[in-house]
Amino acid sequence: MADHLLSWMTFAPVIGAAVIAGLPGRYKDLTKWIAAAATAVPLLLAVQLFLQFDRATAGMQFTEHYTWIKSFNIEYFLGVDGLSVPMVLLTALLSFLCIIASWRIEKAVKGYFSLFLLLEAGMMGVFCALDFFLFYVFWEVMLLPMYFLIGIWGGPRKEYAAIKFFLYTLAGSVLMLLAMIAFYYNVKDPVTGGHTFNMLHMMDQANHGGILDLANVRFAIWMGLFIGFAIKVPVFPFHTWLPDAHVEAPTAVSVILAGVLLKMGTYGLLRISYPMLPDQAVGFMVPMAILGAINILYGAFCAMAQTDMKKLVAYSSVSHMGYVLLGMSAMNEVGINGAVLQMFNHGTITAMMFLCVGVIYDRAHHRDINGFGGLGLQLPVYTSVFSFALFAAVGLPGLSGFVSEAMVFIGAFPTHRTITIVSALGIVVGAAYVLWMLQRVFLGEKNAKYDSLPEISARELFTLVPIGIIVLVLGVYPMPVLDLMKVSLNHLIKVVAG
Amino acid sequence: MPVSVDMLQIPDWSDLGGFLPETVMFGAFLLALLGDLVVRRRPVVPFAVVMAGALTALAPSFAGLDAPERTILGGLVVVDGMAAFFRILFSLIAVATLLVSWASEEIMGRTRENKGEYYALIALMTGGMMVMAEARDLLMLYLSLELVSLSSYVMAGYMRNSLRATEASLKYVIFGAVSSGVMLYGLSLLYGLTGSLTYVGVRDALAAGAGDPLSLLTVCVLLLAGLGYKIAMVPFHFWAPDVYEGAPTPVSAFFSVGPKAAGFALMIRFFYTTMQPAVDRVDWRLLIAVLSVATMTFGNLVAVRQVNVKRLLAYSSIAHAGYLLMGFLMLTAEGLQAILFYLLIYALMNLGAFLFVVALNNSLKSEHLDDYAGLGFRSPWAAAMMVVFLFSLTGLPPTAGFIGKFYLFAAVMHEGWYWLAIVGVLNSVVSLFYYMKIARTMYFTKAPADAPAVPIAPLHYVTLVLLAAPTLFLGLYWGGLKDLADRAVQHFTAL
Repeated sequence: MADHLLSWMTFAPVIGAAVIAGLPGRYKDLTKWIAAAATAVPLLLAVQLFLQFDRATAGMQFTEHYTWIKSFNIEYFLGVDGLSVPMVLLTALLSFLCIIASWRIEKAVKGYFSLFLLLEAGMMGVFCALDFFLFYVFWEVMLLPMYFLIGIWGGPRKEYAAIKFFLYTLAGSVLMLLAMIAFYYNVKDPVTGGHTFNMLHMMDQANHGGILDLANVRFAIWMGLFIGFAIKVPVFPFHTWLPDAHVEAPTAVSVILAGVLLKMGTYGLLRISYPMLPDQAVGFMVPMAILGAINILYGAFCAMAQTDMKKLVAYSSVSHMGYVLLGMSAMNEVGINGAVLQMFNHGTITAMMFLCVGVIYDRAHHRDINGFGGLGLQLPVYTSVFSFALFAAVGLPGLSGFVSEAMVFIGAFPTHRTITIVSALGIVVGAAYVLWMLQRVFLGEKNAKYDSLPEISARELFTLVPIGIIVLVLGVYPMPVLDLMKVSLNHLIKVVAG
Repeated sequence: MPVSVDMLQIPDWSDLGGFLPETVMFGAFLLALLGDLVVRRRPVVPFAVVMAGALTALAPSFAGLDAPERTILGGLVVVDGMAAFFRILFSLIAVATLLVSWASEEIMGRTRENKGEYYALIALMTGGMMVMAEARDLLMLYLSLELVSLSSYVMAGYMRNSLRATEASLKYVIFGAVSSGVMLYGLSLLYGLTGSLTYVGVRDALAAGAGDPLSLLTVCVLLLAGLGYKIAMVPFHFWAPDVYEGAPTPVSAFFSVGPKAAGFALMIRFFYTTMQPAVDRVDWRLLIAVLSVATMTFGNLVAVRQVNVKRLLAYSSIAHAGYLLMGFLMLTAEGLQAILFYLLIYALMNLGAFLFVVALNNSLKSEHLDDYAGLGFRSPWAAAMMVVFLFSLTGLPPTAGFIGKFYLFAAVMHEGWYWLAIVGVLNSVVSLFYYMKIARTMYFTKAPADAPAVPIAPLHYVTLVLLAAPTLFLGLYWGGLKDLADRAVQHFTAL
């Protein structure tokens, strides 16, 4: 396993899915245990990855390199660096916890868990792939399970949400496909002299030739890639699929959607767009910062207007991903480290929030913020956990959200002074919608309807506590994650911004 | 008018060696007819004969993949790697169609007559399609096209008690007759311009400067009417939805892949060989680019509105002709390889999707989308395979359809037709919507309480697996098939 660590992490869930698919449908409990085991394997391997990862080098580690399709120079090429490792850890952790959080799924159990495992495989693959073709395949492979997970196990408007998600994402990824082909034909493999899908070769500007020497072509490719990734992030105005998908998706799927899938957009920008088209990245700094500010403020204001808890959390994701964009646009070490740290932190914090919303939805069967009141008296443990998550989302010092947001602002301030100042208002609005929701749901008069609401269960706590610990630890001491990524990211920013 | 030398070639018996697969198919046709006469009411005899013929034809076809070009039968027919590739493709399509038909109630229902003739016609058409892929003479072009067309009219009207099928068949005849008449006129013009019936003769005359731009454009347009109708290209596609909907579903499945591929083979050989020198006088590449965009956009947009699955698949097959045309007008080896590669994959996935409709028709007696509600849970394995076909038709990884589209787009991008590639990929996004409409009905809509059970014939199950497994596998590892397509065009001299 040690030789093919990344392959095992990617394909262990596929094996699990295959086993589940072959299992007769009546073994529901066994199915769940197999799914848990199949996600526990990548989690354990992720721990090994965390321990063995060499923090002193910017290069790719744990690489696996094989020929896949010889005649078209397509390779099976996996590897991780400081940018991908935090994402891999996040994926492994959240996938495992989501299986636990899905334990009470009763409808079509076999289908649910096998699709979920395929989803994890796709996500892992995206974060590990270093061959553009392979990256694209993994990127698209995720769409299928996501579509069915929303469409079959989702809420009342699931069909609409599922196809909207699918169409938006596909529209973005076909543009990426064309960009990929353009790279393929115009990047030379320095060893063989042929065309290549190798992302590391694509990142080296010395290998670029043909139409990639033309500035307007580079701009067109940059825009194609940017739209593809922006839809995933989602960047305003491509964000409208997100609230729909989140509201209709089952809890665990929302967690994955917000916790991991959104990060793929910004990951793609940093893994592909930035290093491959550094000149365009620098030229796009200001628009990127403006889009980040719009995301922050627009997301926050939209969140304030929501009465559905899930929709509120969904819009808060739009807002928090804006910080990532702002940090990326800063083009300096602090900003980019803050951005990637924010990606990780948002993944954990938003996962907690969605899990908490899921807990109350399982009990009360609705998520209307105005329909509760005084839950703090009825469910003290649940209230403390949810409040913890909400305070982390606000960016309370001592919790992880604060560290990354502060880094983003510190990084962005020297580069984009006005935009950063305007964006900082987002923190205030963020506090407003979170506290307002906290007040309406947990404080005030006790709602007699919910007198017999049961307290959060041990299983549910089991899904929340590990994330909570991470949020707390990284709030006090963020170095475990920063150490992982800073060498690679500093190298990246040096390549891009000089 | 000078008589070209190769018109005087006398065919000799050794030519038959190169013509083996066709001879086998035509022999199977005669044997099947004869068998049907001798052993009445035993369709298994013609079925077995045609099946044996199609499988036998495979071996010499594989052997011919690396063969250099060779003209036979007095210069009417050319045998090369590409011909071999299409022979393989058509044999496989015939095998699949036979399997699909054998368990289909529409074909084998107790009240049906002439089952033997049905199988004989499959053999005749398969042989005809093979000849289409080999024609190198205007006369042979027309004859092979008509051979396939005439047998298709009969097949479309096979359910002669069904009003819908008869209507479909009649529409097909009328439309086909007009198209081929128009094309014949174009051929006569071309003969008048160049004084030759052979492709090579026409090419040399055109290269020497025969023909002015206007008459060449007329020839192109007239010829495209006949060929475009065969591949269901806009604006010669009108017959397709009606015929596909009205004909027995196994026949629609066969039509949507077989004659379409044969039409492409014919077009490739004709345009690449003869019209290439004329490109400076008539920009037929741009003409086809426009038609390609029109075809895929129209097919996809209209498919969005369909509620009859057969009709939906008919429009989808129109759209696929549009994608293929993109590769066609590249005039490069890469484009040609992409077309061959895609045609085989398209045959797999489209036959698969139609087979699903056939298999359900046995018990549902309907192709309406609403009757597919809840199939994902009523017949989980078959529905899952249908999803594989639908994803493949959309062009999503990890299915073969994605790889096929990828090569097409790569060929288009490599030649610098960026706008065409962008239109193409955006069309794929549109197509997602209607393919997923089927998936959505099967999985997201609850079946009504009185929904009938949907038993699926074992033979259909087997065939579904035989089609779904390669659709999935070729999406993960397609090196072998790509090599096959590459080998098929290595000796194609017209490039």
